[in-house]
Amino acid sequence: MKIVIVGDGKVGYTLTKRLSQEGHDIVVIDNNRSVLLQSQESLDVAVVDGNGASVEVQREAGVGSSDLLIAATSGDETNLLCCMVARKLGCRHTIARVRNPEYDQQTRFLKDELGLSMVVNPEKAAALEIFRLLQYPSFLKRDSFAKGSVELVELKIKENNVLANTRLDQFRMLANVNALVCAVDRGGTVTIPKGSFSLQVGDKLTIATDAGDLVRLVKNLGVYTPKAQHVMIIGGSRTAKYLAQRLIRSKVKLTIIEKEEKRCLELSESLPDATIVHGNGTVQELLIEEGIRKMDAVVTLTGMDEENLIVSMFADFIGVPKSVTKINRTEYNNVYENKGIDSIVSPKLLTTNEIIRYVRAMDDTTGGSVVTLYRIVDGKAEALEFSVKNDAPYIGIPLHKLRLKPDILIASIIRARRVIIPSGSDEIQKGDSVIIVTTTDHAIAELRDIFIRDEA
Amino acid sequence: MNIKAIGFYIGHILRIEGVLLVPALLIALFRHEQSALRAIGITILILMLLSMALLTLGRRGPFWKRRRDAEDSRFGEGIHAREGFVITALGWIVISLFGALPFYLSGVIPGFINCWFETVSGFTTTGATILSEIEALPMSLLYWRSFTHWIGGMGVLVFLLAIIPLSKGNGETFHLLRAESPGPSVGKLTPTMRHTARLLYAIYVALTVIMIGFLLAGGMPLFDSIVHAFATAGTGGFSIKNASIAAYDSHYLQTVIAVFMVLFGVNFNVFYLILCKRASQALRSEELRVYLGILFGATVIIAFNTLPQFSSLGNAFHHSFFQVASIMTTTGFSTVDFNLWPELSRMILVALIIIGACAGSTGGGIKVARAIILWKSLKSEMQRMLRPRTVKVVCMDGKQLDDHVIRGVFAYMTAFIAVCLLSILCISIENYDMETTVTAVLTCIGNVGPGLSIVGPTGNFSHFSTLSKLVLSANMLIGRLEIFPFILLFAPTTWKSRT
Repeated sequence: MKIVIVGDGKVGYTLTKRLSQEGHDIVVIDNNRSVLLQSQESLDVAVVDGNGASVEVQREAGVGSSDLLIAATSGDETNLLCCMVARKLGCRHTIARVRNPEYDQQTRFLKDELGLSMVVNPEKAAALEIFRLLQYPSFLKRDSFAKGSVELVELKIKENNVLANTRLDQFRMLANVNALVCAVDRGGTVTIPKGSFSLQVGDKLTIATDAGDLVRLVKNLGVYTPKAQHVMIIGGSRTAKYLAQRLIRSKVKLTIIEKEEKRCLELSESLPDATIVHGNGTVQELLIEEGIRKMDAVVTLTGMDEENLIVSMFADFIGVPKSVTKINRTEYNNVYENKGIDSIVSPKLLTTNEIIRYVRAMDDTTGGSVVTLYRIVDGKAEALEFSVKNDAPYIGIPLHKLRLKPDILIASIIRARRVIIPSGSDEIQKGDSVIIVTTTDHAIAELRDIFIRDEA
Repeated sequence: MNIKAIGFYIGHILRIEGVLLVPALLIALFRHEQSALRAIGITILILMLLSMALLTLGRRGPFWKRRRDAEDSRFGEGIHAREGFVITALGWIVISLFGALPFYLSGVIPGFINCWFETVSGFTTTGATILSEIEALPMSLLYWRSFTHWIGGMGVLVFLLAIIPLSKGNGETFHLLRAESPGPSVGKLTPTMRHTARLLYAIYVALTVIMIGFLLAGGMPLFDSIVHAFATAGTGGFSIKNASIAAYDSHYLQTVIAVFMVLFGVNFNVFYLILCKRASQALRSEELRVYLGILFGATVIIAFNTLPQFSSLGNAFHHSFFQVASIMTTTGFSTVDFNLWPELSRMILVALIIIGACAGSTGGGIKVARAIILWKSLKSEMQRMLRPRTVKVVCMDGKQLDDHVIRGVFAYMTAFIAVCLLSILCISIENYDMETTVTAVLTCIGNVGPGLSIVGPTGNFSHFSTLSKLVLSANMLIGRLEIFPFILLFAPTTWKSRT
């Protein structure tokens, strides 16, 4: 597909990289020549220098004949204008990043009236992700599939856990619920494990399970931590506000520490039920004074990765059971492992995933396409949800008779709202939703891509 | 330095050269040219064996697993600017070395250094020859000699990029395109490298085929048409006749060749824009206008200057146009012996040798685009001397030129002059007259072919000593790759490890 990306910033660059690796023709527009030069040297893409909202520049980039335009500049208004111009030039789909909370209310209006295919809001997406994590603090990550009926959760095996040094085929017996280990991350290497795989302390497991079984799963595995009731947020950013709104709605006691007085006043006005503290959230004394020791969870959302990291590490150090860290520069993520940083949330990656999901669904030509896509375990594996629409050759054949490509696993099958964690005798039927987990070497666009095709 | 990646690319280049030799092999087979057949066959065999060895080394696995190409080309540190330069420079040296083998093994050209000179001259699209009796060569080798022009014109690596999916989303192959393509700045026509490379070759092939058609229509034999179309397309200048194009005493054929030389000297982006129905934008290109302006200006001056030597004004214009087109596009065909022309005309031709064709074409020289940039930045510098507070940006086609592009042009010019001076010094050991010495170097570095005096259109390079031939062939490679890849290949810092 031909895709034009306006804005070569954090999100723009990540998107460009992912999409060009998936084989799309990418043109990048930006008005900063040096970043364009860098993109051109490191990625196989074309670049256009100029204002992406101008018709002239869009013509030069060939927007009229493109399938998709993604506007990811720093300005909401610019993004919206880019999309409007692109629509008028004849671009089939447009995606805009709109992050101003004031425009957030009118997303639907924007989509309908301006013909936008999708509006992405990284801060809001991050807030939602953090909220979901705080509901089940035992998990490092949570992704939901099939309208929330299946969850993919990440869990780290700590010392003295029942799972340590057990073989994987005993997992279901221990868990005693409908659950399957889809991927294991050991020291940065991801494997799609077989039954004979032996678990160790420090492994990060990605587990597929029925959403209704989450509580039982954590209880049976002995890692139950109750829902966070007292939460401290460091940094009163936009993400903090979105998150606070959600937390307050579910009756969580909330403390927000923010450096800027003006921002504090704004927050206090819009969040009357939260405690707003004006002060520097990286000062240890202040944190202790505000009762960080008693918190169930600490969320660091300042604009600086370094501050977020150090505060989260401190929280872990003094024994706060859960910390969530917002990180913008994700390339160092594996450095933080085992440093007291367990849950990392990156608005950039969330947005990128959301858009990639859309692009893969657009690519759908034959049915059986991707419905949902998540990058799991630091982007080293992918979980994809497909809906089976047509009569494909693999339908109705028991799974043990189908030959899957290496490093691919069918995590679950959803049939009539019932979640099946499949074994060899199960089969895929028409109308099912199928969730598969794979390492990222394969770019799977259709369900039939997962099977070894017999060329004869 | 990523030795494995370099080996991988060189391996591919060798394999492609082996495949490209096959047509010559077939011609030898059908024409029963025994010695040529044997020589070409052995060359292909060596190429294939070597490429397999290199590919196997570079791939950490057996060579028959073709599927893994794309992943493994990125092993280790990947390819950066320096690997790009090294692959390009080494690649060209290597194809010239092996391209010379058929001539050497068949014994038609005596001495390996002569074969090397002839092949480098072919691949770099220079067209300077050490042969005085061209017509004595077997047909298959004549074909190979001209085909090297065609390959070298658009570039071997561009060809590689067009047929092999190497990039897989990452932009490292951009370094290759940049190192091989002529011009001050390189842009891609389409988003992906592979598509761009294919498009360039598609335009190239199409134009070549059209030209063959026109030549056939004028009554030129098929083989001659193909060979001359190759030499024109690459702006090379090898003819299969001793008298070059003068051997075809037809104004039609000569005009067709002249017109196509001009076309191949145009930036290929122009053709792309015309294909995209953006002709008006293409014709507004400053470089194109200056290029055509110089072409016609020089034609007119030379026509009037040489009028006494021709029977009519029409004739004078015809030959003047052909010669100007031939020299400016750095092809090097000739219809008359311009060595006998008046001094003014000869000096204009020397100036054209230096300027050369458009950036992004198959021609050589310093390129019209660079000349324009030099002129403009000179003008703005001078303005600044008079009024130190004026702000003036250097623009081309209405867009501001990046500082690093301008700096690159100045660096290029400095290096160009330095290389020329050094080479002239080396050649002067031979004790020829100044005209011969200077124009031999200029014509080689500009990839033109003929110079003046002894190396004029009727002369050749066979009188030079081995040292001079080596220097001149190095000049050709330096000129074709725009100086820096070749120089950087021998710079110690290029080979130091990244620490």
